[in-house]
Order: sequence, then structure tokens, then C-alpha cells
Amino acid sequence: MKYNKFWRDVLLGVENLLLHKLRSFLTMLGVVFGVGSVVAMLSVGEGASKEALEQIKKVGSNNIIITSMKSVEEETETNQRGPRMSIYGLTYEDRERIARTFPAVKQTVPVKLIREEAHIGERSMEIRVVGTTLAWFDIVRRPLLAGRILSPSDFEGHSAVVVLTEYGARRLLATKNTIGENLRIGTDNFMIVGIVKSEGGKAADLQLPDQEVDAYIPINIAKTYYGDTTRDGTDSREMKQVELDQVILEVEDLEHVEAVAKGIEVMLDRFHTKKDYAMSVPLALLKQAEATKRTFNIVLGSIACISLLVGGIGIMNIMLASVTERTREIGIRRAIGAKRKQIITQFLIETVVLSTLGGIVGLGLGIFIPLVITLTAGMPTVVTPLSVMLPLFISIAIGIVFGLYPAARAAEVDPIIALRHE
Amino acid sequence: MNNDLNPRSNHIMVELDQAKKIYPMGGQEVRALDGVSMSFREGSFWAIMGPSGSGKSTMMNIIGCLDRLTEGRYLLEGHDVKTLDDDALSEFRLKHLGFIFQSFNLIPQLTVQRNIELPLYYLGWEAKESEERAIELARRVGLEKRLDHRPTELSGGQMQRVAIARALANDPQVLLADEPTGNLDTATGDQILEMLVDLNNQGKTIIMVTHEDHIAAHAKSRLHMKDGVIERLEGEFE
Ligand SMILES: Nc1ncnc2c1ncn2[C@@H]1O[C@H](COP(=O)(O)OP(=O)(O)OP(=O)(O)O)[C@@H](O)[C@H]1O
Ligand SMILES: [Mg+2]
Repeated sequence: MKYNKFWRDVLLGVENLLLHKLRSFLTMLGVVFGVGSVVAMLSVGEGASKEALEQIKKVGSNNIIITSMKSVEEETETNQRGPRMSIYGLTYEDRERIARTFPAVKQTVPVKLIREEAHIGERSMEIRVVGTTLAWFDIVRRPLLAGRILSPSDFEGHSAVVVLTEYGARRLLATKNTIGENLRIGTDNFMIVGIVKSEGGKAADLQLPDQEVDAYIPINIAKTYYGDTTRDGTDSREMKQVELDQVILEVEDLEHVEAVAKGIEVMLDRFHTKKDYAMSVPLALLKQAEATKRTFNIVLGSIACISLLVGGIGIMNIMLASVTERTREIGIRRAIGAKRKQIITQFLIETVVLSTLGGIVGLGLGIFIPLVITLTAGMPTVVTPLSVMLPLFISIAIGIVFGLYPAARAAEVDPIIALRHE
Repeated sequence: MNNDLNPRSNHIMVELDQAKKIYPMGGQEVRALDGVSMSFREGSFWAIMGPSGSGKSTMMNIIGCLDRLTEGRYLLEGHDVKTLDDDALSEFRLKHLGFIFQSFNLIPQLTVQRNIELPLYYLGWEAKESEERAIELARRVGLEKRLDHRPTELSGGQMQRVAIARALANDPQVLLADEPTGNLDTATGDQILEMLVDLNNQGKTIIMVTHEDHIAAHAKSRLHMKDGVIERLEGEFE
């Protein structure tokens, strides 16, 4: 019964608003655009940060990636003196020292990288040979598509085996049936034992550990086949001597990641005369991304608040005018026997209906715009339950907050004055 | 000169006792009611007359529980109105009083039916019952074909009939009419008056303000006001 009466009141409110369609529509616009921009901005922001976060998580937030890099000083020296051999980067000793010094480090993965031409029959492509240990597959977890990953016996037996990535396998026309066949890398022959998926590409600001053109081989094979001295870059005649191109660490506890990273940096700086490595800490980037997102949300929130405030004030303004205009009606209702709170309810319902309607239309707009953005600009957008519920809730709240004062003014109308014939 | 032929009741509906309504106006004060003592019995039909500014509307507002006395007492069906708060006054108006105004005071955006239903809405009636009641009342005032019309589509006399139907919706004991024929021509005014006489015959207590003698002549009793006090009473009273 109460329920029925409520909807009857809402219907009466809607009827009243429909009497002045244009005015009601114009009054709603403030809330429409306010809510619309909130929803749109939330979904665009959410989409952008979700993509960034996902990419960063792919790298592994427990991981620290240290990459050998020619130091800036050496870079300039090379330019001056022409072809030469440069010695730099991480060493086997570095890796052991890290494992020894930091108990929080769960595992360390040494990586040797060699660019080479790979062939299966007639097909060939340039690949990145990744000499690494078993732990690689533990840290860089990618689905196995065919065959198997490297096994301990490959290392013990010094087996010349290779695991291809999906992309590389496709380029070389390798399929499930190719498992067990021969892959020639440079002049060496390897047996293909498996194919894994590769993520490849860049994640936000950092390189993922794996690339699409990877071929994984046991690190001891890489060491015996290629040694530590390789060509520096594909078409350069310069040589480089680097023991480990990369060391990837997995830290046991998320809380320790940043402290460990700091410690390693201090330690490496002590043993390296030049800054010949670069450290990337996905967690730090993750935190940074989250902080950026927070700032973004605060800025968006403020803008949204202002536009909603303006919308609310617009509604209040019109409702105040409406109360003045309908003084006589209010007087009649009061004379007949309407209580003050019934007048308040009547006007409040009208305001809330108006603002909620504005909220719903704004929501439609706010979902439609990101959709267009996604379709045209290819930018990812995400409409979360929160970005739908929040604006709706806010628009109802706006109706109540900004409707209360006009409604109270309506309730204060003195029927005697209102009914005095003019 | 007691010619009370109405055996219906000696019950006092409305009683004013030394009623004063004083408006402070700058340094001076306006004594709109300046000590009025008067009883209106159940089933009576009073015309309140008097020159402009004599306090007729003020008295109606007091009786209608729209305003409060500055001094004195006002009893409606034995209840001292002074003790009632705003909500209780609204409740009183809703349950016991029906208003008819000079300018009809229908709500323009509502249909005839909705206007008639208004008191029932505040009484919390269900939609179906109040619709039935509105149709019945419209029939009583001869407007059953106009239920879906807006007030602006009606003539003055028709609007006043809607107002009467609305005033009757809550079945009040007392009808208060402040110049109900003031905006109507003589013929239409007479029709409205006939309706009021009918209602009085059915037992409603009616208090009506009017300027016109021929309108006042329809009432059983007449009360003449002057400068906020009763000048004289005429007709059937005790
Ligand atoms: N709110 C008010 N403030 C000050 N004075 C008022 C107020 N209402 C009424 N008055 C004064 O009280 C007196 C009585 O007014 P009232 O409206 O009762 O007269 P009336 O008899 O109904 O006159 P009319 O025939 O013109 O309608 C008048 O002098 C009026 O100016
Ligand atoms: Mg008057």
C-alpha cells in the first residue's frame, strides 16, 4: 500500500514535470552532462589504467629485471675510436652475489641473448636466442602450446634443444608435428621440443622479458656455443663481451621488492666501475601507475563534482522559481489539509525525479561516449559497476540535497497569503 | 425573537470567545478582529456581511484553521484550536472543513477529477475508491461529463461547482465560503447558492461571506461586521 502510494507520488511528479517539458529538459541538462562526463571519464580512465596495470602485472610485480647496458661513457668512447671490443654488463659473479646477499630473493634467472638467423628447411627468420635456466619458465609464465618446456635433463645432458614461441613457430611454419625436428640456428642444429605462447611487445614503460621472436635454449649450451663475446647488434662489426645480458630476480615477498632493488643497486655500484646495467622494477611502475590513477581520479572527481554542483544549483534555481510560480497551488493544498511534510515530499519527489532522470540520461551518454572512443580511437574503456552506480547514486543525492531547500520554501508558504485573490 | 424552527441540533459547531486578531503595522496596530464572541450551531447557514476591511475574511481564516487568534478562544467542535500544532490544524481542515473560494482556487494542471480527489489523496484513500467518490460528487454537481477536463476549459459557474464537489469530498461538517458568488453573474451565482441551500438542508453547517443582499437572503441568518466587531445579527439564531 505504502509502495503503491510512493509510485503514485512519483507518477504525479513526472506528470508535473511533463507540463513543462522543455524547461524540465533544460533543467536536467546540467546533471546529464555532469553524470555523463563522470561516467565517460571514469570508464576511459579505468580502461587506460587497467591496460597499464595488466601489462605491468604480465612482467610480474614480484620481479626485478636487471639488463646489461653499455655505459654512457663507453658509448661516447666507442664513437670516437671506431671498431673495438667493449666489455661490460652483468657477470656470473654478480648473479651469485645477489643470490647470496639477499635471502628475500627466491630465484635468480640468468639470461644470455644472441641474435641469430634460424632456419627450418627453406624458411628462415632472425630470432633472439635466449639462453637461460629452468627458472625462466617459472618467472615468465606463458601457456605451453605444444611439446614441453626445457627440462633438467636438457641441462645435465648438454642437449641442443630449443623451445620456440608461437609467433616464431608460425613464421617458420613449425606446428605440433614439427616437434622433434631440427632447427638450425646460425650453423648449429637444435631439436625443437616445444612451443610456448609469447606476450611480446612493450608494457607501459618497460620491456617484457620475452619477445615474439624468442627461442629458448639451455644456458650452458648458449655458453659453449656462443661464449661471452658476440656481435654488438645485428649489422654492427663491433664486438661486445658480456657474461649475462639479463638477470631476472623473483623476490619472495611483495613488500621487500623495492628494498631489495635498492640494495642490489648499491651492491652493483660497488662492484661496477661504470653504470653498465639498467634496473627495472615493475612494482615501482605499478605503484606509480596506481598513484597516477589516484591523482587522475581526484582530478576527475573534482571536475565531476563541480559540474554536478552546477547541475544541482541549476535544478535548485528552477525549483525555487517553480515554488514561487506555484504558490497558489501550494496554498490550495495546504488549505485543503496537506501537511507541511506532504508538500515537502511532493517537491522533493519532483526534484529527485528530475535529477535521477538526468542521471539516467547522463549514464547513457557516459556509456555511449567511451564506446565511440573505443571504436574510433581504439582506446580501451571499461564501464565498471562502480562507474555506473556512483553517478546514479550521486544524481539521486543531488535531487535530495538541492531539492530540500526549495521544498522547505514551499512548505513555508502561508495559505492565507497564497489564496488572497489578486 | 427566537424563531428557531430547526429542531436538528443545539450542538455548537464553531465558537468564538472574545476573539481578537491584531496585526502590528509599524508603530500602529490593525485590529482585524476586535473581540468577537459568536457561536455557530450545527446545521446553521450564516451569511457574514459588512464593508470592506471589516474583518470578514479574517474571521473566516480563523474559523478555517488557517490562522490563529492573537487573543481570545476559538473552539471547533469543542477543541481549542490554540493547543493544536500545524500538523494537527492541517488534519482538522482535512477532516472537518470544506473551503469554497471566490476565485475557485482549482489547481490548473489537474483535471476536474484530480481536483475533486485532492482531499481524498491527503486522506490516503486508494486510487480506485477516490475515483469512484469523485465520479459520484461530479454527478452531484452535474459535471460527470467534465471529469477529464482542465479547470481552464470550464466556465466560472462550472469551476465553482468543481470547487464545491472538492469541498464535499471529505464529507466535512462545516463549509466555509468566502464570497463564493463574487466572480459569477447573478444567474450563475443563484445556482451556486441553491446548491449551498441544498447542502444546508442536508445538514451541513455553512458560513458564507458575501456583499450582496440577495445572496445573503438565501442564508438562514446574517451577521453584520464592522471594524472588527459584530454590529448586529439577523434572522434565525439563538
Ligand atoms: N496580514 C495582514 N497584515 C496586516 N493587516 C491585515 C492583514 N490581513 C488583513 N489585514 C487587515 O485587517 C483588516 C480586515 O481585513 P479582512 O481581509 O478580514 O477584510 P474583509 O472584511 O474580508 O474585506 P473585503 O470585503 O475587502 O474582503 C483590514 O483592515 C486589513 O487591512
Ligand atoms: Mg475579504
